Amino acid sequence: LLFPPLQRGSSMASNTDISERQRIAARRLRVVAGHLQKCVQGEGAGVSAQACKTETPRSSPAKATSVPKRRQDIMKWNGWGYSDSRFLFNKKGQGEFTGKRYRLSGMILPSLKDWFEATFGTSLQHKTPATPTLNVSAVPPPNLVEPFVEELKVAGVAASHDPEGRVFRSHGHCLHEIFALREGRIGRVPDLVVWPNCHNDVVKIVELACKYNVCLMPYGGGTSVSSALECPLEETRSVVSLDTSQMVGTSFPHRHTGMIKGSNRILWIDEKNLTVHVEAGIIGQDLERQLNESGYCTGHEPDSMEFSSLGGWVATRASGMKKNIYGNIEDLVVHIKMVTPRGVIEKSCQGPRMSTGPDIHHFIMGSEGTLGVVTEVTMKIRPLPEYQKYGSIVFPNFQQGVSCLREVARQRCAPASIRLMDNEQFQFGHALKPQVSSIFTSFLDGLKKFYITKFKGFEPHHLCVATLLFEGDREKVLQHEKQVYDIAAKFGGLAAGEDNGQRGYMLTFVIAYLRDLGMDYYVIGESFETSVPWDRVLDLCRNVKERIVRECKERGVQFPPFSTCRVTQTYDAGACVYFYFAFNYRGLADPLHVYERVEVILSQNFGSNADDLHEAREEILANGGSLSHHHGVGKLRKEWMKEAVSTVGLGMLQSVKEYVDPNNIFGNRNLL
Amino acid sequence: MASVLYSPRDPGLKKRDELEDMLEERRRSSDARHALRCYAPAVYKGLAPREASALRGAVLQSDALQHVIGQVSAECGERRELVQEEAAHLLDEMAHRLRLGTVRFFAYVLSKVFKTLFRSVRVNEEGVQRLQQAIQDHPVVLLPSHRSYMDFLMMSYILYTYDLALPVIAAGMDFMSMKVVGEMLRMSGAFFIRRSFGGDKLYWAVFSEYVKTMLRTGYAPIEFFLEGTRSRTGKSLTPKTGLLNIVMEPFFKGEVFDIHLVPVSISYDRILEESLYARELLGVPKPKETTSGLLKARQILREDYGVMHVYFGHPVSVRSLAQGRVKRSQYNLVPRHIPQRPCLAAQALVGEAAFRLVRLQEQAMVLRPWTLVATLLLQNPDGMDLPVLEEQAAWLRRLALSFGAFLDWPDCKPCREVVGAGLALHKNLARVSGGRARLAVAETPGVGQTAEELAFDRAVGVLSCASYRNQILHVFIRPALLSVALQTANSSRKDEVYTCFNFLWTVFSNEFILCPGASVQDFEEACYLLGKCCAVQESQQDIVMSEGGHATLAFLRALLDPFLQGYQVVCQYLCKETEENLRENKFVPAARNFALQLILAGVLTLVASGGRSLSLAGTLKCYEALSSDLQKNALAALVQLEAVTKVKVGDQVTLKVNRRAASSLEDMLEFLPRNLSTRDCEREREAAGEPERSPGPRPPPLPRWRVSVHLRGSAVYRDCLWLEP
Repeated sequence: LLFPPLQRGSSMASNTDISERQRIAARRLRVVAGHLQKCVQGEGAGVSAQACKTETPRSSPAKATSVPKRRQDIMKWNGWGYSDSRFLFNKKGQGEFTGKRYRLSGMILPSLKDWFEATFGTSLQHKTPATPTLNVSAVPPPNLVEPFVEELKVAGVAASHDPEGRVFRSHGHCLHEIFALREGRIGRVPDLVVWPNCHNDVVKIVELACKYNVCLMPYGGGTSVSSALECPLEETRSVVSLDTSQMVGTSFPHRHTGMIKGSNRILWIDEKNLTVHVEAGIIGQDLERQLNESGYCTGHEPDSMEFSSLGGWVATRASGMKKNIYGNIEDLVVHIKMVTPRGVIEKSCQGPRMSTGPDIHHFIMGSEGTLGVVTEVTMKIRPLPEYQKYGSIVFPNFQQGVSCLREVARQRCAPASIRLMDNEQFQFGHALKPQVSSIFTSFLDGLKKFYITKFKGFEPHHLCVATLLFEGDREKVLQHEKQVYDIAAKFGGLAAGEDNGQRGYMLTFVIAYLRDLGMDYYVIGESFETSVPWDRVLDLCRNVKERIVRECKERGVQFPPFSTCRVTQTYDAGACVYFYFAFNYRGLADPLHVYERVEVILSQNFGSNADDLHEAREEILANGGSLSHHHGVGKLRKEWMKEAVSTVGLGMLQSVKEYVDPNNIFGNRNLL
Repeated sequence: MASVLYSPRDPGLKKRDELEDMLEERRRSSDARHALRCYAPAVYKGLAPREASALRGAVLQSDALQHVIGQVSAECGERRELVQEEAAHLLDEMAHRLRLGTVRFFAYVLSKVFKTLFRSVRVNEEGVQRLQQAIQDHPVVLLPSHRSYMDFLMMSYILYTYDLALPVIAAGMDFMSMKVVGEMLRMSGAFFIRRSFGGDKLYWAVFSEYVKTMLRTGYAPIEFFLEGTRSRTGKSLTPKTGLLNIVMEPFFKGEVFDIHLVPVSISYDRILEESLYARELLGVPKPKETTSGLLKARQILREDYGVMHVYFGHPVSVRSLAQGRVKRSQYNLVPRHIPQRPCLAAQALVGEAAFRLVRLQEQAMVLRPWTLVATLLLQNPDGMDLPVLEEQAAWLRRLALSFGAFLDWPDCKPCREVVGAGLALHKNLARVSGGRARLAVAETPGVGQTAEELAFDRAVGVLSCASYRNQILHVFIRPALLSVALQTANSSRKDEVYTCFNFLWTVFSNEFILCPGASVQDFEEACYLLGKCCAVQESQQDIVMSEGGHATLAFLRALLDPFLQGYQVVCQYLCKETEENLRENKFVPAARNFALQLILAGVLTLVASGGRSLSLAGTLKCYEALSSDLQKNALAALVQLEAVTKVKVGDQVTLKVNRRAASSLEDMLEFLPRNLSTRDCEREREAAGEPERSPGPRPPPLPRWRVSVHLRGSAVYRDCLWLEP
């Protein structure tokens, strides 16, 4: 039985050969162009913010796209990120981060073990390793609609029902999803994966799906944390995962330079209007890197940008770290093309603002794949900033820190990014400090600590840190920096150096990897976010953190949980707050039957959609927080939608869905 | 309502903490050292204690107060600065100025005083430990019962002694008039509020913001009396919800994670203000609090007040109370500093919580054997032979315990000693002569004493004694209502019995702590308790008196007797009152006068003794009708039943009586079976074999409630309707 599908799989691979060839050609052109531009710009323009993220060697032509069709080749099947990058405790018990991709890669983290053990009450003796390989036989056989598959083949669209690929596209990165995979549990997975090459392929796929009543689920970067990628259990039709990652598109001449920019996914750059037209399947880091080569950037940097896609950003109303300068996705988007069962939706011009009734973009942005597939997007771009500088400020306590951020927002002088970590997270950041190279540095560190705690009288268990990122002209940056530090001083803040700032941002990119380490040692964790008016920020942070601690205690968790938050974005009228919580679940179960019991406990205590999170979300809503700032609703937070937008509001959305997709072809059942 | 507030169905099963004498230590070591010792209480979340002046600034600058100041200045056209000044002035008049020096002074003086007054002060130390933990974790509100001025002095004294954070106490403005003492109290943590400030927006804003700021910052535990004032009768008073509303709001608005409410039950062997209260109830005005008055009261130091008990209850979490009841997100759309009327759900929750908390206070109130003796003596005004008294006290003790009373009856001592000790301590109320115990009331008028004065004298004795009986009423009230209902109902069908029960329950909802809307629950509890002590038998449909239940039921009915009679007198009075516009403030004196005349004319006696000869004993039972507390409660019930309407004309409130309704109510009360003295009980106990109910003339059948046209539209009528098959 297994044989024929495999054969078909291989034949499908050959379908893509043409596009593969095109891609290689395009890549070569791009590299040449890139080299040319580099010479003009000079070396200094490199964006140092990239230093935190994956450092893809620019010269390597093989890395033109960071996500291959076979994701499993470079990425973990049951954890976060690249297979070669992971945290572990080495034989000496020291923390270590493997691989070569990140700044932290290959470094020893001497204080990680102590922090880990002290925070979670764990011991390195007690391990909970994951199932090492995916058991292919546990994957349910595909439910295929043969004529649909046949017609796809005729249309030249790549497709596969290889079990690994299907499992890869059956989940996002919620705790319960990853936990199940680590145990080797596999639920409902898509029956087929298709890889359109371009907009027209998508049109064809959607047509066929309507014709054969097949359920389509768009898949971008797979970084969802809202259960949006879970196949609905009640779905009886064949489920097809529409992976946009290989949308290469055809090359267009560069509109103003006239140069052929063969770069995959970027269809054209308009330097007069500072816009870029892109295939929506592009991954964030590719988009940014390729634009950088032309001397531009979008400035949209969500924490997941190594893996998440432009289409995904649009579909979830994403927010980037540097939104203070560049704006969130809704501010960046100029034009969207989306394929729906009713046909293609797009505006007729690229005017910067229109008064043509409710903005149809706002039906698309945040639709979470329930209406169609975003295929092409025109976005604003900016010239690369001349200068970037990190910074950090230490505050005596969280309250002072929040007051400072509020003042910065009031004066509308927020740097590209400003984030405030609470004390727990500050200590967490310290645990990730790499081994210091010289006695002098460690002496200096000691001196700093002494100055802050003894001389300035900051209480080590109350102080907190804001991390800053400035961007722009060198002169303006320095001026701006001074302005912000002056405000901070009014709230008792002390400048604490660039290094601390940079480490703060690094934490963002590696924290997801850290969760996998925790899961090796009985520690499970999750993150969630909200937005809230300024006057409620403090109360919300305190109450939600306390609620988590209390719920864990009531559920019999033996060791107090790690419950921490940070204010990650500032707005005129409020802020975005991001929470992490993690705890040691050992002792919740009889060690002999850990696996069975953990499953029971997880399903009892955290349910299929994590009850602990449920409680935390309730607390957020009760304290005036929103249902989500940028993660989206998915299926995880669906139950609160009515409360969040009112019955009429929900009805409006439903009626749009009914018009656009009456047969629920886009049947991922998110949002509504 | 969360489980914390629901007592287990069988209150007898409740586990209670051990009590320790906290004065023992004081008797052994120096008071001065105690007063000067290092005092370093654990505080909320380890916050550094704030100065009172910082608090003042925080309140005056708060957004909430500033908002109201802006409003007030716009409304009355005054300059903002003037209103601000006015607010500052109000705050200074109100605010406490807690000083450790004063606290130490009090610690010294009170050590001396308490040691003289009380044999011991017994405290549940486990409760103190729970409180200590609660203070560190959450803002805490202390809710002691209020029987005496001693209450809050004792509370602060105990917290100081156990090294707990000192509370700030909401006190009535009347104290402030005591010049030196008022200031001293202020410096030991009292803050003063006006008794009424209904319309004064600014005052309300200053006051509520002051309380909330202290709560939010965890400044100190806040203490106030749910009952609003000292109970003069020994019964708990219907709780006031104003302050409770204020202290719960920070939770509803998400300003704190949780708030813990700690009920504290304070009970006395002998209340210092004992006869003072009785006089007040009889209309002798309360003496104004003055410093010289306090000095004159020194003589009380010479008397023995026995033991005092303080029981700290389990903290009740506002969060768990509100769980699933109040949607906090309703506060999301308006800035939180703008005053917002709480939603109906929140109001209902606060009201319900207030009643439940008072019940928790009641249930943890330590009851002394004397309360049982006083109950028996009041039911047997002729006096009782000591052996009979002892035997009945022992019987009543068993009954009370099976109903879950927190009775402090020494197990090791013989009954005679226990009863004797109670009689000895209260020798001013009960007299023992010739092996017989009786109430200590004058039998013949003194020289130059008028009949009226004599009656008043006697009433003081009866009401003082009743204040001890009242302490135990909460244990018996539900079964007592049921036993009256059982005898009144036309059949033993449960729904019929419940209809009667509910009628009584409604009538007495102002007299006793009966949680609003909980009549079904109370009925079930009463059935359960009477079933447990084998007084009734329950089946699916019916509830009947069981073979041996006569004595219990008769006793319980007799407990309600004075109240039924008192309410009847009030109804009679209202029916006979001819003045068209009866002013509300004239009601109590007039009703009292009416009752007094009835007593003097012997009319009441006739009713009370069921036609027996006129005797002192007969009249003694009706003196409680003179109590202004009872009269006010009866009026409130009549207003609730729409037999009386209050009409506000200018500043005056007048009462409009619906005579037909009042007289029909009076009829109902009249035919309720009662007048069974303990002697009757004895008779019944002898006649236990007989299947028939109490001997003697049976009252005529009661008019069926549901056809009572006069009460149409009233709460009772509505309640009856849903029981109609």
